[in-house]
Amino acid sequence: MGRYVIRRLLQMIPVFIGTTLLIFIMVYALGDPVSALFGDRAPDPATAAQIRHDLHLDEPLWKQYLLYMAGIFTGNFGTAFNGQPVTELMRTAFPITVRLTIVAILIEAVFGVLLGVVSGLRRRGWVDTAVLVLTLVVVSVPTFVTGYLLQLLLGVRWGVAPATVSAEAPFNELIVPGLVLAAVSLAYVTRLTRTTVAENARADYVRTAVAKGLPRHRVVGRHLLRNSLIPVVTFLGTDIGALMGGALVTERIFNIHGVGYQLYQGILRQNSPTVVGFVTILVIIFLIANLLVDLLYAVLDPRIRYA
Amino acid sequence: MTTTTEKSVNPQAGKAGTPLLEVRDLHVEFRTRDGVAKAVNGVNYSVSAGETLAVLGESGSGKSVTAQAIMGILDSPPGFVTQGQINFQGRDLLKLSEKERRRIRGAKMAMIFQDALSSLNPVLTVGYQLGEMFRVHQGMSRKDAKAKAIELMDRVRIPAARERVNDYPHQFSGGMRQRIMIAMALALEPDLIIADEPTTALDVTVQAQVMDLLAELQREYHMGLILITHDLGVVADVADKIAVMYAGRIVETAPVHELYKQPAHPYTRGLLDSIPRLDQKGQELYAIKGLPPNLLRIPSGCAFNPRCPMAQDVCRTDIPVLHPVTDSRGSACHFWKETLDG
Repeated sequence: MGRYVIRRLLQMIPVFIGTTLLIFIMVYALGDPVSALFGDRAPDPATAAQIRHDLHLDEPLWKQYLLYMAGIFTGNFGTAFNGQPVTELMRTAFPITVRLTIVAILIEAVFGVLLGVVSGLRRRGWVDTAVLVLTLVVVSVPTFVTGYLLQLLLGVRWGVAPATVSAEAPFNELIVPGLVLAAVSLAYVTRLTRTTVAENARADYVRTAVAKGLPRHRVVGRHLLRNSLIPVVTFLGTDIGALMGGALVTERIFNIHGVGYQLYQGILRQNSPTVVGFVTILVIIFLIANLLVDLLYAVLDPRIRYA
Repeated sequence: MTTTTEKSVNPQAGKAGTPLLEVRDLHVEFRTRDGVAKAVNGVNYSVSAGETLAVLGESGSGKSVTAQAIMGILDSPPGFVTQGQINFQGRDLLKLSEKERRRIRGAKMAMIFQDALSSLNPVLTVGYQLGEMFRVHQGMSRKDAKAKAIELMDRVRIPAARERVNDYPHQFSGGMRQRIMIAMALALEPDLIIADEPTTALDVTVQAQVMDLLAELQREYHMGLILITHDLGVVADVADKIAVMYAGRIVETAPVHELYKQPAHPYTRGLLDSIPRLDQKGQELYAIKGLPPNLLRIPSGCAFNPRCPMAQDVCRTDIPVLHPVTDSRGSACHFWKETLDG
């Protein structure tokens, strides 16, 4: 187990270097960040050259990358377009997005599993049919449509929830955005749970549990669910990483100043330190989430042992 | 949801004349999209305390479905009991509520399944799965239940039970897993055990060990045992009487040794003739021609007639009843006398 974890951590190094290099090149290809800094006005050539020199933009790309990586390991992610250090932006942005992700994951886990179990146990019943149609609709509609729709209906027309989120982004304001962010994954969790529950309900060990004279809630809760939820839990784990990076659209709609918002601003203003910095952190979160999921898998299923 | 069930033996059970379990005219059908499959069509059999009944038949003969109906674990839908009685310790199980049946399951009657690997829960320890019997039926504490689980594992002779109680099913060998299944069935000392092909998934050497253990424990606890199998070799040593099933009916029933010596049904004869024998080495092995019937379209008359070497016109029109051959034997063949003599 210990050796497995070490091997997995070592495997992260090339993935980390590869992704950051890729992002670095892509941002570089966006164009000249210095002229973007001056907006519509033509920059004074001397000032522009000075800025280029300060930001090492006059160096070749490989050297820029190495300088950037060296900075990262000393905790220096560079400076954002407004003069703030990128680390400062991260300090405000990540807690907000983490809160949003927690809301989304909770919605996915609770409602997805609940609906999935009910429809999986009563296949072809009215609940099952309704859930299938509903999940299909949710999967088919893009996030920006559900987002603006819910914002309009719940926030503006009926006024039951705030239409936009304040700067502090407390949990209660994040419920509707969390729902929007979770929608597609929620549909997926529901379907995944439904399939595994229906599959396991026919398994021999469930028949054994019934033959032992166990009450139904115990047959379903201890025997059926314990097995059915293994793939669901692993999906939820990997989804954490995806949700944190994928909140871009949702954060724009509800004016949440989280990771997605800062990334959007960074791209808009061709500010490479912001973009590369945030993406780097997201990559690390994604890799760690994946590792934790794999380790969790071995805990949930005793048949799996890593060596 | 814990209920303490006292081990009270029904005074009638075990007394001569009143069998522990009596199945009467049982009918089970499966309502599938392709039509109604008539899996069990009027089965009668009985088991007394301490007695072993072997139910023999090919796959699809209804032997397992009958057992599932007795246990009350039929997949429903699509399976439905449409007619009949299952009298157990003086009560018709089919008239009981689901809650009452659940109390009987596991405690008064238990089942051993064919494939122990898939029949045990892969993500729970064997100690948990054994202890669950005591915790649910007797409200025992987790700790006491574990002690009981170790005791049971010792009972079925699993080496180092104390160390292995926290292992998972996949960490045991096939024979040891089947011993755990047996231990689970024995946990609450039931009056009846139904073993559905308990040795089919095992190596031949292990088969004998497991079968011996089962027979020994049955004698010790004086339980009724229904042994479902398609293996005539397994039956001969342990069973008292045999019921041969075909297309959801019992075609022949007899004490073991009489049936082996002189079958009274052409199907039984076919089964016996298809066992490889040492004194017929080198000769071609007999096989019953044709295939088991499609339960959606069971042939009219005697269901066996398309495969029967003795079939006459009457076999294609009239369903034979179970004729009494002797006091303890019956054959559902129009020509049972000829079969017996031939």
